[in-house]
Amino acid sequence: MTASRVGLRVRAVSHAFADLHVLDDVSFDVPAGEVTVLVGPSGCGKSTLLGIAGGLLRPDSGRVEIEGQAAADCLNPLTYVFQDFALLPWRSVAGNISLVLEGKGIAKATRAARIAEVLETTNLSAFSHAWPKQLSGGMRQRVGIARALAVRPAVLLMDEPLSALDAQTRDLLLDEFAGLIAARGMTVVYVTHNLAEAVRLGHNVVVLSRRPGRVRDIVRIDAPLDARKLDDPALLATEARLWSLIRADAAEADREVLHA
Amino acid sequence: MREVVLRAKGFAPRDIPFAGAATLVGVLLGWQTLASLGWISTKFLPAPLSIIQALLTLGRSGELWLHLAASLPRLAWGWAAGTVAGLVVGLLLGLFTLARAPGMAIVSALFPIPKIALVPLFIIWFGIGEGSKVITLAFGVFFPTVINTLAGVDGVPRGLIRMGQSFSLSRAAILAKIVLPGALPAILAGFRITTSTAIILLVAAEMIGAEKGIGAFVLSAGNLYDTDNLMAGIVVLSLIGLTVSWVLGRLEAWLLAWR
Ligand SMILES: Nc1ncnc2c1ncn2[C@@H]1O[C@H](COP(=O)(O)OP(=O)(O)OP(=O)(O)O)[C@@H](O)[C@H]1O
Ligand SMILES: [Mg+2]
Repeated sequence: MTASRVGLRVRAVSHAFADLHVLDDVSFDVPAGEVTVLVGPSGCGKSTLLGIAGGLLRPDSGRVEIEGQAAADCLNPLTYVFQDFALLPWRSVAGNISLVLEGKGIAKATRAARIAEVLETTNLSAFSHAWPKQLSGGMRQRVGIARALAVRPAVLLMDEPLSALDAQTRDLLLDEFAGLIAARGMTVVYVTHNLAEAVRLGHNVVVLSRRPGRVRDIVRIDAPLDARKLDDPALLATEARLWSLIRADAAEADREVLHA
Repeated sequence: MREVVLRAKGFAPRDIPFAGAATLVGVLLGWQTLASLGWISTKFLPAPLSIIQALLTLGRSGELWLHLAASLPRLAWGWAAGTVAGLVVGLLLGLFTLARAPGMAIVSALFPIPKIALVPLFIIWFGIGEGSKVITLAFGVFFPTVINTLAGVDGVPRGLIRMGQSFSLSRAAILAKIVLPGALPAILAGFRITTSTAIILLVAAEMIGAEKGIGAFVLSAGNLYDTDNLMAGIVVLSLIGLTVSWVLGRLEAWLLAWR
């Protein structure tokens, strides 16, 4: 079976909530097999943009095109990983993964095998019967990742998947993400406000301005993910450059929040 | 040098083991003692032992079972009918924009009516038989069930529903696997309210128009100044309430083990 090779093209997307203009003429590409990171000051429309990219929200204007072919075993081409994990508290770890495989015409045995496989991949095998509330934040997000992998996504859409976690857990998961993404050559859109995450994972970092979000710049990082270290000087330099692009906007966005 | 003084004292009451049960036993013993000494007039408040005696007599003569056989089906059918209807309507209001505002208007308008006041009307509409009693209970149970179900559905985190949509789950799957289980804690909490409402309405309806049933029995014992039997009837009603509440507790422990 061939793996999915799917990319996205975001074209001239604009959006407003009532009279709050959130996104203004945003265009960028999400190349297949690469990680596209969206960064920008808080409230600039990153989550809105990710919702539009994955078909959870219809933009006022503009469109998102999908290009390439999803693999035959892909059950849900555009798949999200959520900041707050979005696990059903009344289902066990295995049950939460099972949820997204049920009713999709796959045999029970196949389903069980897939659940076991993604639990293995995320080092969760020992926790398959645990309730979500029994798990630490890091483990819960691993369940979120396992659930996403179970549907064999063509594009993984991640909205600040690490921001609910403490700094140490964040670094651990960041390395795990990088390993998984690199090993599978996955197409990923990754939203964060953390620039260290951006340079650790991104091939392209789309820098958005403060609200209404516009594309301010797109920074390219070529180093392969599995070779990157958080303290690599070249990456730190890129991080500094990203910060210089965002800093003024972030300060203004901050003041704007205070006025609201 | 002085030691730092602990200031975080108090405001942390704890349970003393068995203190609750011991209190109840103590009250019963005290009550019995005062009655035996003649300090309480047993004509107005019979002693615990006399009440137990009355219960045993009622049980042996079969009268107790006759009244229970009339009351329990009314309670069961009335509560079940009101609950099923309330769940359906509550879900409709929780899920559909078109149903919501009109439905809430009707529910808010009818909810405050004291349901007992409707018993005579229901007797005119449905006759003095079982119909009017079951309907009274169902009517009283219906409104709180609608409101709790609606609150439960509204309380399901939007993020979980969006998660289901993002994984392309069908509407039916989102309803059955996300909305309903998410609303279940509120629905079960509502059962505690509706079962006690149902028992109150059962007694009221039986006092207004019934020959058989615990409510009718309590009323006629009162008319005869038969306080032993009157209190025995009240004890039976309390036991029904306790049993229902115990069953609900088991149900919650089983269905909400994930909490
Ligand atoms: N459903 C909505 N209705 C109204 N306003 C909304 C809605 N969703 C988001 N907004 C507003 O739109 C703006 C952009 O929100 P969005 O969540 O996309 O920003 P973000 O860049 O993801 O912010 P953060 O860094 O806080 O996650 C914010 O001001 C937010 O309050
Ligand atoms: Mg956001």
